[in-house]
Amino acid sequence: MNVQSSPQPRKIVIDPVTRVEGHGKVTIRLNEAGEVEEARFHIVEFRGFERFIRGRMYWEVPVIIQRLCGICPVSHHLAAAKAMDSVVGVDRVPPTAEKMRRLMHYGQVLQSNALHIFHLASPDLLFGFDAPPEQRNIIAVLNRFPEIGKWAIFIRKFGQEVIKATGGRKIHPTSAIPGGINHNLSIADRDALRQEVDQIILWCSAALQHHKRFVEANQALHRSFASYPSNFMSLVGPGGGMDLYHGKLRALDATGKAIFDQVPPREYRNYLIEGVRSWSYLKFPHIRSLGSDQGWYRVGPLAQLNCCTSIDTPLAEAARREFIAENGGGLVQATLAYHWARLICLIHCAEKIKELLFDDELQGRDLLATGQRRGEGIACIEAPRGTLIHHYAVDENDQVTSANLIVSTTNNNEAMNRAVKAVAMSDLSGHEITEALLNHIEVAIRAFDPCLSCATHAMGQMPLIVTLEDADGTPIATRVKE
Amino acid sequence: MTRPAHNDIPAAAQSLAGICAPRVLVIGYGNPGRQDDGLGPAAAAEIGKAGWPNVTTSDDYQLVIEDAVQVAAHDVVWFVDASRQGDAPCSVECLSPAFEITFTSHLLRPEALLAIAGEHFGKIPQAHLVSIRGYEFDFLEGLSDRARANLALAVGLLSRRIGLILRVSR
Repeated sequence: MNVQSSPQPRKIVIDPVTRVEGHGKVTIRLNEAGEVEEARFHIVEFRGFERFIRGRMYWEVPVIIQRLCGICPVSHHLAAAKAMDSVVGVDRVPPTAEKMRRLMHYGQVLQSNALHIFHLASPDLLFGFDAPPEQRNIIAVLNRFPEIGKWAIFIRKFGQEVIKATGGRKIHPTSAIPGGINHNLSIADRDALRQEVDQIILWCSAALQHHKRFVEANQALHRSFASYPSNFMSLVGPGGGMDLYHGKLRALDATGKAIFDQVPPREYRNYLIEGVRSWSYLKFPHIRSLGSDQGWYRVGPLAQLNCCTSIDTPLAEAARREFIAENGGGLVQATLAYHWARLICLIHCAEKIKELLFDDELQGRDLLATGQRRGEGIACIEAPRGTLIHHYAVDENDQVTSANLIVSTTNNNEAMNRAVKAVAMSDLSGHEITEALLNHIEVAIRAFDPCLSCATHAMGQMPLIVTLEDADGTPIATRVKE
Repeated sequence: MTRPAHNDIPAAAQSLAGICAPRVLVIGYGNPGRQDDGLGPAAAAEIGKAGWPNVTTSDDYQLVIEDAVQVAAHDVVWFVDASRQGDAPCSVECLSPAFEITFTSHLLRPEALLAIAGEHFGKIPQAHLVSIRGYEFDFLEGLSDRARANLALAVGLLSRRIGLILRVSR
């Protein structure tokens, strides 16, 4: 870790966020009175994946696009396949294809949420936000809390096995193709997964109970850490129930009132606009009708829980009701509640996987639909970290001419800035970037996203750089965490 | 870390003599979207085509802690990775378990996986790392010509050694 201070206090920089993938930089600007005026969470790398996609044949895209991210490639694979369904003129893929894709998606959300909650967040929650860095990692969790460590390993592994059975590979699957799927679920794979799924549901439920004990023991921290009111957005099913694979967009304001509801994803541009700021490669989407100051929103598990009116699996629905009730009955705004919500989604996915494993349509043979070619495809899916939109234009030569992706991290861009600002306002004392401040910024970002390489379309690890600067932008201090 | 050069495969195979059909795992890891970084998964795919009984292949983007379960369930594990430096077509090393602390979500060394397998899943298999020399690591699909040539030679070597282990065990 590097710490640099100029002789006259003016600006602080904190550089590299450890268990967040990618490369992040935080700048905290003070006002004339020395109070926190603004916090900016910059993403340094940029990969320009939309440009990379241009010129590729449309049927290649579901496979190529998932190279964006090593954590949620399946979400990109499925979102691209759904968009390309439209391009090949298919509004509804055959039931076997849809169920195979859903099974793959629930496997992906299960394994990715497990990675997020156990591998990345649990060290903070189990050892404390200010525990020594060498302690805050999954190996330390496995050594100190072997039961939780094994939940982490086996739940994630099960999700990967579901992906492998449905997608052909546990990372970067190839099975979803424009108009359908290229294979059904083998009996052998189905039976193997059936043997494990009940235990997985039990472990997911045990993890939720364990997390609730953390919340009970840390009520004030849970409610106040990096907390602020916001709008929320997610896909919901036709009746407003949770649907992580397919549905229409719903956005609620901080009081729970609908800003818009049942918006088909293909109309997203009528409701959302992507703002640009000079200091970040990451765009700032917001609700068009509310403008950039009022229209920013949060996505991800907390939004998925807040926006839905029910969940169609019993354990997750009971957990949802308790979650809402214990947080006052209205929308839950606490940033740390992302983890609680994530665990409920984890249970929901495990339950949906079980439901699908006992559905004989997964062995159906009608796998592909065809239709009249179209020039555009737009699709939306609830990825593990929130709403993911893929939008492509394809010319008469079958080549992609433009692509626009709004990934979950981008949707949460303003929200992450607000969380960092809340931490800075709470923790910054004087002009020193303390270890605690650095840790707490990481914890706040990690509630949303461990995967910034996805949003910036870059690949690799993510160090964090934090800078403190005075009112005219002059740096006071910089701290780098590798 | 300096690892011993691996030149004792016959001894390793001999030590498995008498064990009925040792379970062999080949884990090829790397990112096929980064040209020659895909050498590991490509090698695992080639070995998989041989269809040997008791040989399981797996491809990974990177090694992750979940792999420890599978590692502990085998008698011999071959990790196959691309290397940016070193001898062509490949080098082979014996591995020993070694815990390491890392802050990344999915970036473990094979030695750490062996340590986790032993500590938490009750078994440390014989393990080797095959590092196949690569040359191009840009954001592109497909191996370079030189890497492809190294892959063929490395797969041949790996096949012979796996075959030797399987033959000796009979």
